Amino acid sequence: MITYATDRSDINNGATSCAERTTACLQRIDERASLNAFLHVDADGATAAAAESDERFAAGLARPLEGLVVAVKDNINVAGMPLTCASRMLDGFRPLFDATVVERLRDAGAVIIGKTNMDEFAMGSSNETSAFGAVRNPVDESRVPGGSSGGSAVAVADGMCHVALGSDTGGSIRQPAAFCGTYGLKPTYGRVSRYGLVAFASSLDQIGIFASSLHDTAAVFDVITGHDPMDATSDPGAAGRALDVIASPHASPLRIGVLPRTAIQGCEPAIITAYDEAIERFRTKGAAIIEVALGHEEIWVPTYFILATAEASSNLARFDGVRYGLRAEHTDISDMTTASKTAGFGAEVKRRIMLGTYVLSSGYYDAYYRKAQQARRLISDAYNAVFADVDALFMPTTPTTAFSLGERNADPVTMWLSDYFTVSANIAGIPALSVPFGKDASGLPIGLQLQGALFHDERLMQIASLLES
Amino acid sequence: MTGYEAIIGLEIHAQLKTASKAFCACPTTFGASPNVNVCPICLGHPGTLPVLNRNLVAYAVTLGLATNCQIRRQSTFSRKNYFYADLPKGYQITQYEDPICYGGSVEIETDDGVKRIGITRIHMEEDSGKSIHDLDIDTLVDLNRAGVPLLEIVSEPDIRTAREAYLYLQQLRQTLLYLDICDGNMEEGSLRCDANVSVRKVGETRFGTKTEVKNLNSFRNVEKAIEYEIVRQIEVIESGGKVQQQTMQWDAAKQQTKVMRSKEQAHDYRYFPEPDLGPVVVDDLWKEQLRAALPELGLARKRRFMAAYGLPSYDAAILVDDVAVADYYEEACANLGTADAEAYKAVSNWIMTELLRIMGQQKCGIREAGCTPAQLASLVMAVKNDVISNKTAKDIFPAMLETGKTADVIIEEQGLRQVSDTAAIKLLVDKVLADNPDNLAKYKSGKTNLFGFFVGQVLKASGGSANPGIVSSMMKEALDASDPQ
Ligand SMILES: [Zn+2]
Repeated sequence: MITYATDRSDINNGATSCAERTTACLQRIDERASLNAFLHVDADGATAAAAESDERFAAGLARPLEGLVVAVKDNINVAGMPLTCASRMLDGFRPLFDATVVERLRDAGAVIIGKTNMDEFAMGSSNETSAFGAVRNPVDESRVPGGSSGGSAVAVADGMCHVALGSDTGGSIRQPAAFCGTYGLKPTYGRVSRYGLVAFASSLDQIGIFASSLHDTAAVFDVITGHDPMDATSDPGAAGRALDVIASPHASPLRIGVLPRTAIQGCEPAIITAYDEAIERFRTKGAAIIEVALGHEEIWVPTYFILATAEASSNLARFDGVRYGLRAEHTDISDMTTASKTAGFGAEVKRRIMLGTYVLSSGYYDAYYRKAQQARRLISDAYNAVFADVDALFMPTTPTTAFSLGERNADPVTMWLSDYFTVSANIAGIPALSVPFGKDASGLPIGLQLQGALFHDERLMQIASLLES
Repeated sequence: MTGYEAIIGLEIHAQLKTASKAFCACPTTFGASPNVNVCPICLGHPGTLPVLNRNLVAYAVTLGLATNCQIRRQSTFSRKNYFYADLPKGYQITQYEDPICYGGSVEIETDDGVKRIGITRIHMEEDSGKSIHDLDIDTLVDLNRAGVPLLEIVSEPDIRTAREAYLYLQQLRQTLLYLDICDGNMEEGSLRCDANVSVRKVGETRFGTKTEVKNLNSFRNVEKAIEYEIVRQIEVIESGGKVQQQTMQWDAAKQQTKVMRSKEQAHDYRYFPEPDLGPVVVDDLWKEQLRAALPELGLARKRRFMAAYGLPSYDAAILVDDVAVADYYEEACANLGTADAEAYKAVSNWIMTELLRIMGQQKCGIREAGCTPAQLASLVMAVKNDVISNKTAKDIFPAMLETGKTADVIIEEQGLRQVSDTAAIKLLVDKVLADNPDNLAKYKSGKTNLFGFFVGQVLKASGGSANPGIVSSMMKEALDASDPQ
């Protein structure tokens, strides 16, 4: 992995240049093509941007993220690059505008190197649903990198870029971050604009960051947060100040909430061991460890799947072959739309659209969707109660380390349960951060998760710094 | 027919005159080339998000207040999901469970007096695009209209006749025009109307099975289609059948309704709250600001015209129907410089006979008809003050339009001032009598119908400028006084 903070100081003292760092990333992407992390690489654009960054450094006009090499998940619009969402459905589509996050990164001097592979329309937990082939875990290529932002996780973990953008609807940043050994931040819902992010489940989706260090995570967070008038759900508050907060001392004795043993008994032993070690580290740094019971754990995954599939069934309706993307030729409009969707969407996407259509259907709405909304309130209330008592809630990111390719494809429900520890943060809209913490016996990375109260993103990063070795 | 009553409710869609669309910055101009007023947002491109146009909310609240509705402090948007080529996102953003306005009413004036029609709800939504099918092979889609803001106004089933439906629609249209939030053009589709119609035996308290009649693109068609549907339903029942719950379409060419889709084919729209938009909050301050800005509406203005200007109901109704005409009328009356019921009525007559005719011929507004309120007032006052006759007024009206001059100026320029000077007229009377001894003798011998001849001779001798009333009375006096020779 490479870190921007280190590279930037090397660039400043003339030891390297943006062009050199960008070229190194491009080389790495080439060498490691077997990982299938990228769907599009913009070598020319990145090289040109790096050259401009070098000029700015030379002129003393370097911006906050000058020369930062960024990979972008392929469900986020980058003008001039194809947008596929790893689906055949968007065949040939090129977006007309940069997503707000991309625009802000460019304005801060970042170099956009390309678009990363993912589960089709972000639906998956292993990156195996991509229409363009699975992404492989850099530690062990027979294993999955996690999903849905698998390509972004691999790109950072394998040194193909400094940081990567992903999207997290139910754990799609944190789970692959854990499987690949990077930091993975899902900010508070609304702190990062969704404008330009292809919607999967609008009330749960959040763009976030993969990075090799907390410092890089914070630096990117400060640039991409802040109100965006193009996103009505964007928080009206000011931009982030994570760099300041992680560098400042903790204001008061920390209180860290941990899960009771019963809640983690399904986890692999290596994960429980890492979890206990990390708790011990918090304790030695002076934090009080408080066991908390959130309650309602059994409804997390069902609630998530009802809400997410319902919204997805509506969000994906626009891919109808009429205006862009794949079109199956037919003389009748309705036949054309049906044939286009049949040809364009993969099995997991179809499964979720059908589920979502079902839970919103007249006669089933009250039993499923309305009930899930009520459950959502219960889960949020439970979190609010917990955060009245503790500064952060600490738990594993995943019950297992990276599993093998193909291992869970036969049973969608087992696959969905790999999101057990991650979905509740999306349901409640709270910030959550996966922190890399050791490895299992096979050398596979382990990730542990911190969750915080709404808008306490910076605080969460500050607390995570206690786990840095 | 007798023994039945119809139960009718209308769903009206009003396209709003906001400068930009409901959820993006595209203009709403009608009549642009296809697919010009579009952007990634209203094209439903991946990654785009809606941002609510605040003017849409202001317009909705304004109409709600004007129709005595309750305004919901916090309302929400929902998605209505269905597939159609001209619906870019695959769903329409609309309001479902908690519309912004509810529980209002509109008064209509029927032949039987004033009737109140309840308004169930008014909600905000976006329009779809337009599909053009009338080509041999392809369907073409124009998305200029996609995302244009609409208000849907749903009435209570309080309407009992096709005529009442017509009057209600007209009243609502007038209100929209008075509020200046919709141009009310049914032919262009900026005002659309669907009707829910059912019939039942008089005395029955339950509703009959209703049908929804669509495609009513003119006032005439609304009345005709409802009338047709009422008769059709009664005939179905009378012949022992049952009315089916269906969506009907009015075929204006064949003058009949036909089945568009049955109950089984009804869509399941899978409504759910729109996650991309937060709640719409209308606080008391905003609501009261909008209330304070409400103009006087048509019916109130009509009643004021009758009370303040002494106009008959017929005149007042015609004048207030077009807010520009009503404004013009009031401006002309203010220019009279006198409060006089006769003059007020004269202004109304001029507008109704001359100006409305010109507006119809030239398809223009009253301000473009060529006569300013000040000009019209000068003309009315010239007649009232006996400066010119009514006939002269009619004669110089075209000159006013042409030159833009006031009546007074034209009267002076053309020397049309009516002579009311009795001494001057007396000279003319005496001269006419002296010049026509034979006719005078005939008159005296009983041929009194020659009176008109004498008056005419005087008017002629005056070059048409003598005041006919004064001439008439002085001639009568002179004839009575003269001796037969
Ligand atoms: Zn637009």
